[in-house]
Amino acid sequence: MTQATADVTLAEESAPRAAGRRNRGFLLRRIGFYLIAAWSAITLNFLIPRAMPGSPADSVIATLQQKGGALTADTVASIQKIFGQPRTNIFHQYWNYLGQLAHFNLGLSTSSYPTPVRSLIGQALPWTLLLVGITTILAFCIGTSIGIICGWRSGSRLDSTLSPLSTFLAAVPYFWVALFALWLFGFQLGWFPLAGGYDPNSAFGSSPRFWISTLQYGLLPALTIVFSSCGGWLLGMRNMTITTTSEDYVLLARAKGLSPRRVIFRYAARNAILPQFTSFALALGSILGGALLTETVFTYPGVGHLLYQAVSNRDYPLMQGILLMTTLAVLVANFIADSVYVLLDPRTREQGE
Amino acid sequence: MRAAVLGSWKVRIGLGIIGLFTLAAIFGPWFNSVVIGYNAKALNYFAIGQSPNSHHLLGTTSTGQDVLAQLIAGSRNSLLVGALAAVVGTALAILFGVTAGFFGKGVDTVLNFITNLFIIMPVFPLTLVVAGYLQGTGPVTIALVIGVFGWAGGARTLRAQTMSLRNRDFTMAMRMIGESRIRLIFVEVFPQLSGWVSAMFLHGVIGGVLAEAGLAFLGISNPDTVSWGTMIQNAQQQNAILNGQWWWFIPPGLCIAAIGTATGLINFGIDEIASPRLRSVRRAVVKRTRRRTEETSGGLPQPEEAAV
Repeated sequence: MTQATADVTLAEESAPRAAGRRNRGFLLRRIGFYLIAAWSAITLNFLIPRAMPGSPADSVIATLQQKGGALTADTVASIQKIFGQPRTNIFHQYWNYLGQLAHFNLGLSTSSYPTPVRSLIGQALPWTLLLVGITTILAFCIGTSIGIICGWRSGSRLDSTLSPLSTFLAAVPYFWVALFALWLFGFQLGWFPLAGGYDPNSAFGSSPRFWISTLQYGLLPALTIVFSSCGGWLLGMRNMTITTTSEDYVLLARAKGLSPRRVIFRYAARNAILPQFTSFALALGSILGGALLTETVFTYPGVGHLLYQAVSNRDYPLMQGILLMTTLAVLVANFIADSVYVLLDPRTREQGE
Repeated sequence: MRAAVLGSWKVRIGLGIIGLFTLAAIFGPWFNSVVIGYNAKALNYFAIGQSPNSHHLLGTTSTGQDVLAQLIAGSRNSLLVGALAAVVGTALAILFGVTAGFFGKGVDTVLNFITNLFIIMPVFPLTLVVAGYLQGTGPVTIALVIGVFGWAGGARTLRAQTMSLRNRDFTMAMRMIGESRIRLIFVEVFPQLSGWVSAMFLHGVIGGVLAEAGLAFLGISNPDTVSWGTMIQNAQQQNAILNGQWWWFIPPGLCIAAIGTATGLINFGIDEIASPRLRSVRRAVVKRTRRRTEETSGGLPQPEEAAV
């Protein structure tokens, strides 16, 4: 239902010009959009602590003083640049804040003082990028492929079991699936470790034993994320395939006597898959949110668990830093999905309603 | 249209489930005190961590609270957050989507840009951080935060629908007659969108319930409120998994899933009525068709025939 209308936004933006030029124009416009989006994310990150009740800057300074004793004037100034400076006008504050960001200075974590937020995120980010990246691509591929089959043979036994099942799966909270999996496979059956991202007894990062243990520890979180997120892709692809299958060009392809495989993949699926990329932007946010919660359940050493710790310790610098980094990462992922869309559909979908 | 919607079994089951939970949300506390006989918050140190039994149908928590009573009491807060978030989200979606779609041009460019921005922003971390500053607040604030960040997808749908409605003959005709724009929006365009808006509202409810559960799971909400999310969070905090207390964290998740499935079913049903192609055929019909085609032509069964 949303897919069909979702690509209208993209559709309208293209005008009837030469194909190559249009392609480039489309990409340039998207790049422009994402640059402005990145700027908005940075600005939002600036505004949120200032719009909150109380003074986050004061509370950060107070927490740090409790932890580490006296603060240098420099540290205090840099905290205020991020969280709000008293008696400075808002534009000047904004300018200072941008200056801090330009030096990648996200401040010091209050919960693990005096580690810089930057290095905490740096340690956690690879874990999340790998976990969420791999599982999202896997779930997309699995869900879409099964969706093609279900849509092509709608009403078959496969379709009439899988479609209601994925409606259910799409509605289950990820972290609950994670808890359930942890209880069943980790606790009851003992197949998987209960917490962590690697074997704590192995040498970090160097030994082959470490790398094997990351697979062993990461498998269950990865499986739960794939399991909970592929239902949405399946349903979307199924409905689009059914709609595409009744198009005239599919009928023509069949009438020509092309092999079913060719008709499915080159005619029906190739067109049906386009809205899947458009709905990427809508889906990624919820998948990311789910993945962050899943990490918390498994005590996985990624950004999600870090964010959990930050929130429960009221570590404002860490919260802000993570928010900024995840937003930017999501923007990059969406930009990639958009570019794939342009590659798949050279017309950049010109249909307008 | 309305009769068709209610005629679909998917819609009926979906509405039934939602109705059941709404009843639980409204009469839950009364039901708890009269029928079940336990207060959801009452501690009982003589019944700690019991598995389901005749006194406690769903067992007790590690502080002796009755899980069933908590589940029923929790439905109120969870649904309250869901409904309130959905109201806020739907209102914003209508404001942005319909205005953008109806006025077009510059208004559309600006509003659509804002909508697209909110679509690609990762809503959950954003909500979490804002809620993180406001820690320990009640369900109302949390619902507002969820609604304010969760309207964009719906706005996009409404915008596309409004744009197509704006150019239909009947709107054109009314415009020619000289109806005012406000009247056009509210009398001509808006009623046509009611189906979309109600689907969106349901979607918003489950989105709100899920988001509340997620936030509560991370310990954002007020620890005194009982909701499905806080139940799962308490279970996690008190090592229900390592103690094997499955009855504590599985039921609240199932309730969330049930509500989600109900919304999914209703949307499915509405979708199938709106575009009959999507209507999946019952298994029996497929088999019968296949048998007939085999009898008459001896040819291969065509899935296409079954689908139409």
